[in-house]
Amino acid sequence: MSFPMSKSTIIRLAWLPLCLLLVACHTDMYDQPRYSANQPSDFFEDGRSMRPPPPNTVAMGTFDPNSAMFSGRLEGDLVAELPMELTAELLAHGQTRYNAFCAPCHGLTGAGNGVAAYRGGMQVPTLHDERLRTAPIGYYFDVITNGVNRMYSYAHRIPPEDRWAIAAYTRALQLSQYTVAEALHAEELAELP
Amino acid sequence: MSAQIFPRNANVIFMLSLIGLTLMSIGIIAALIGIYLSPWYTEVGDAKAQPIPFSHKHHVDELKIDCLYCHSTVEQAAHAGFPSTDTCMSCHSQIWTNSPLLEPARVSLQTGEPIVWNRIYDLPDFVFFNHSIHVAKGIGCASCHAGTDQQHLTAKAQALWMGWCLGCHRNPEEHIRPRDEIFNMAYNPLSLPLSERLALVAEYQIATDGRLTNCYACHR
Repeated sequence: MSFPMSKSTIIRLAWLPLCLLLVACHTDMYDQPRYSANQPSDFFEDGRSMRPPPPNTVAMGTFDPNSAMFSGRLEGDLVAELPMELTAELLAHGQTRYNAFCAPCHGLTGAGNGVAAYRGGMQVPTLHDERLRTAPIGYYFDVITNGVNRMYSYAHRIPPEDRWAIAAYTRALQLSQYTVAEALHAEELAELP
Repeated sequence: MSAQIFPRNANVIFMLSLIGLTLMSIGIIAALIGIYLSPWYTEVGDAKAQPIPFSHKHHVDELKIDCLYCHSTVEQAAHAGFPSTDTCMSCHSQIWTNSPLLEPARVSLQTGEPIVWNRIYDLPDFVFFNHSIHVAKGIGCASCHAGTDQQHLTAKAQALWMGWCLGCHRNPEEHIRPRDEIFNMAYNPLSLPLSERLALVAEYQIATDGRLTNCYACHR
């Protein structure tokens, strides 16, 4: 391009900054015509974009809602055996879930003295009495899934696998508060008061 | 003899105007950048009014309730999970049952109408952020939501500039933490020596070959 530029060249180039300005003004990619999680909707009658499953929805395929894994029961009876392998990882995972979801009421040790119980003046049963120590492990799964008394169902917050992890950890908590002295190692025995 | 069109100081005025115009354009651009970066535009620290004045300070810092209790899908889903009315009421059906502040939650539970909260963070739709992968790879809540546990009313902790995202995608070892510290809001990632943090990056199998800074990592 020779200097000085002809008038027509200048006029042609003058569009460039204007173009840059104009293309920068589009925001339609910021808010695309689709829903984000929890976004309100004016399309659906109840105002929700996250749709609950229609009534009477049934699972397809191999999923069996009546299996021990998903119901905590076998032919109506609470299961007494953990329907998965008991590992140290499962117990550690159960501890994180218990501390997050259960400890606010049941307390970190299961004594029923969690902060929500304290603030609400609630009598939360201890996990360390005879009734709960002897309850089958399926009972814990059932209570987490369906709730009991004043306790709400936690089924929509805790997946079934994690509910079993919590049930297994509950057993570990119970063992920690109720062990016969003869079952301890010598060095553990020495630490007893 | 015709009169002069321009006064004697016309040249000076012309030069000064040129300088003035230049300074003014620089000033305007600087002011625009300033506005763009300011909390007035980014809304950082600017608490929004909510139908119920929920306090993270009270629930997280004072009562020590785990993040997971309400944000229960943070480990499985892109979205951390906004608590439903049912979650609020699993405690508040027993505690503060007559509080007028909680009236919207009680009404919501009875009618099934959701409480409409005001969104704090709204990423552009061309950015795909996923909570679960960050939590799974050793990035804690506090890396992005620092100070949320100290807020009485929730406000943005970060402006979410792309450069800020890239800072961590370039140097994940500055923000990595052990798995059991993910939900600890008080943990300082730099309390570990660099060698251990690099070992964590390797242990979490975080890509260090530049994949994390591909446009495609976030823009799809």
